[in-house]
Amino acid sequence: MRHRNLFMGIDLGSVSTNILLIDENEEVVEKLYLRTQGKPIKILQEGIKEIHKRLSPEDTILGVGTTGSGRNLASMIVGADVVKNEITAHGVAGLKEREDVRTILEIGGQDSKIIILRDGIIHDFAMNTVCAAGTGSFLDRQAARLDIPIEKFGQMALKSTNSVRIAGRCAVFAESDMIHKQQLGHNSEDIINGLCQAMVRNYLSNVGKGKEIKPPILFQGGVAANVGIKKAFEEALKEEVIIPEHYDVMGSLGVAILAKENWEKSNATDFHGFDLVNVKYEVKSFQCEDCPNQCEVVQFLNNGEIRGRWGDRCGKWSELKNTRENLLA
Amino acid sequence: MIVTFPHMGNVYIGGKALMDDLGVDVVVPPLSTDYALEIGTTQSPEFICSPLKINIGNYVQSIQKGADTVLITGSCGPCRFGYYGVMEKEILMDMGYDVDFIIFEAPDGDIGELIRRMQKATNTRNIAKMAKSIWVAQGIIKEADRIERRMLHLEAVEEDKGTIKKIRKQFKNQARLAKGSKGMRELLRDINSKLDKVLIDNEQKPLKIGLIGEIYTLIEPYINLHIEEKLAALGVEVDRSLCVGEWVTEHLVYRPMGLTRDKKIRKAAQPYLDRCIGGHAWETIGYAAHYSQSGYDGIIQLLPFGCMPEIVAESILPTIQKDYKVPIMTLVLDELTGEAGYMTRLEAFVDLIQRKKERRERHEA
Ligand code: SF4
Repeated sequence: MRHRNLFMGIDLGSVSTNILLIDENEEVVEKLYLRTQGKPIKILQEGIKEIHKRLSPEDTILGVGTTGSGRNLASMIVGADVVKNEITAHGVAGLKEREDVRTILEIGGQDSKIIILRDGIIHDFAMNTVCAAGTGSFLDRQAARLDIPIEKFGQMALKSTNSVRIAGRCAVFAESDMIHKQQLGHNSEDIINGLCQAMVRNYLSNVGKGKEIKPPILFQGGVAANVGIKKAFEEALKEEVIIPEHYDVMGSLGVAILAKENWEKSNATDFHGFDLVNVKYEVKSFQCEDCPNQCEVVQFLNNGEIRGRWGDRCGKWSELKNTRENLLA
Repeated sequence: MIVTFPHMGNVYIGGKALMDDLGVDVVVPPLSTDYALEIGTTQSPEFICSPLKINIGNYVQSIQKGADTVLITGSCGPCRFGYYGVMEKEILMDMGYDVDFIIFEAPDGDIGELIRRMQKATNTRNIAKMAKSIWVAQGIIKEADRIERRMLHLEAVEEDKGTIKKIRKQFKNQARLAKGSKGMRELLRDINSKLDKVLIDNEQKPLKIGLIGEIYTLIEPYINLHIEEKLAALGVEVDRSLCVGEWVTEHLVYRPMGLTRDKKIRKAAQPYLDRCIGGHAWETIGYAAHYSQSGYDGIIQLLPFGCMPEIVAESILPTIQKDYKVPIMTLVLDELTGEAGYMTRLEAFVDLIQRKKERRERHEA
């Protein structure tokens, strides 16, 4: 196999972790979608091991980017060149899919966002991190309740012939309303369709509130696999909704592209190399009692040695030289 | 009588100097922390705006140190803040703390009553002495505000990253200890001369962001999750629309006399909002227009969860954004605000205005 220059993008979220590789033409060559399961370090190391297995010895990693709520942690582990927030990452990936994109709807496992773009740059955005009714986890839960595999969920919604209105303001209300509709004897297809519509209504009035949603519209994030939601969006917006090929890993695709751009400028990378899968990483935290802020200080350890600290308001811990003598707790 | 007052930005710096000068015993509550908020949250109505919750925490911590009288300013138009003093007294009563409240306001325009209350708080009948001390104190608050502004502007362009952070820490620690206006003035001079020596990197052209919104949220770093420091760390030069010094003079001196010094800002607001609708909505709109006209790259509105005037202002901001094409973002804050999501929004906003600026510069070139 011939030699390839590759760039890695990592999206470390609380629900899922994605790792993806692109080549110099920004084509996706490998991708991995994992459940974080509350063990981000372990999952990330396993994922990178798996990716390494799929590569040939000739391949080189020229740059790494991280995003997601665990972007800083991921960066400490792999040695990232670019650490970016999810909005920018999704925007960059969306623009790669469609240069003229003007709206990105994104619904992931733990949050949802809307990104408005004009003339190829991000113009406005909004994020929902509070309400569970607007996320993939909510759909997962309802699918489990109805005893329907989540993969079939969307297909079933399309079979609906009667619309059932489900209150979707809040996850708790939606759930009890759904049970109520079940008891009234509505069939599953109609209820599922009603749920999809409720979720879209909720998204548009919550996250999309006051935003000018103009085509082309991309729909990204794990929930985009759900054809029922896609259809509900198209009905509500009266516009076509496009699902990119790599819809479920757009965040990591975005940072991989940014890592590539970074390499083109700097010709250097901080990537720690694949040996990182053998290093013992730990995160230990303690509460600093030195002042009323009582910060929860997080320490990042690498084979027992402190490599970084964060979480302190005053900076007294994060500025400490990371030597063994300063090891606390 | 041992007085205390709630924290609000630099008020404590001038407030303590004033009371020291007049020989009134004063307890400055510890700077607001999670602990203060926790006390307040368990004792206040759930949906009240967060400043009240923190006030309660401040009081309780002061009362535990011996304070028996609370000083607070009163009404500023049709917004809940006007009832803070009265409500807070009730809440403390329910908790079993029977403390005196002196609310600085002129009920129905009765200036005499305001002066009588001030006399009580300052423990003096001598109006001239009182007026002079108040004047000195507000001068100190203003100087503290000026220093804070200076630090913000310098922080974005300092050569040695972290220098301002150290000076700020020193300033905060020592301000609690300085005695009287004399001690405070010395401290302010000392800090100013330290700032004079800060080396700046002239090459840097930082992005400029204006902060607008409800005053308490703007000036209390604890409540806004230290937004100014976070933005400075992202290399942004921040300007804050409202400072507490100006607010104190506006509310204690000008407004009771039916005057205002915010003319320029009101004029800027005029096409969008031409009257006071309570709280600081008028200023929010005015400053949004003002920053847009003055070449700022972006504007951030801070809104304490449930604040009606700011919600109204929020709905007007998109029109201003359309007119001037300056990005505006609203951040809603309360005790449930998650720091991670907050940081993501800030970073994304800075990225957005950065890319916009680069594009504009490329066009112009
Ligand atoms: S880390 Fe600093 S700010 Fe946090 S509790 Fe300790 S001394 Fe206070």
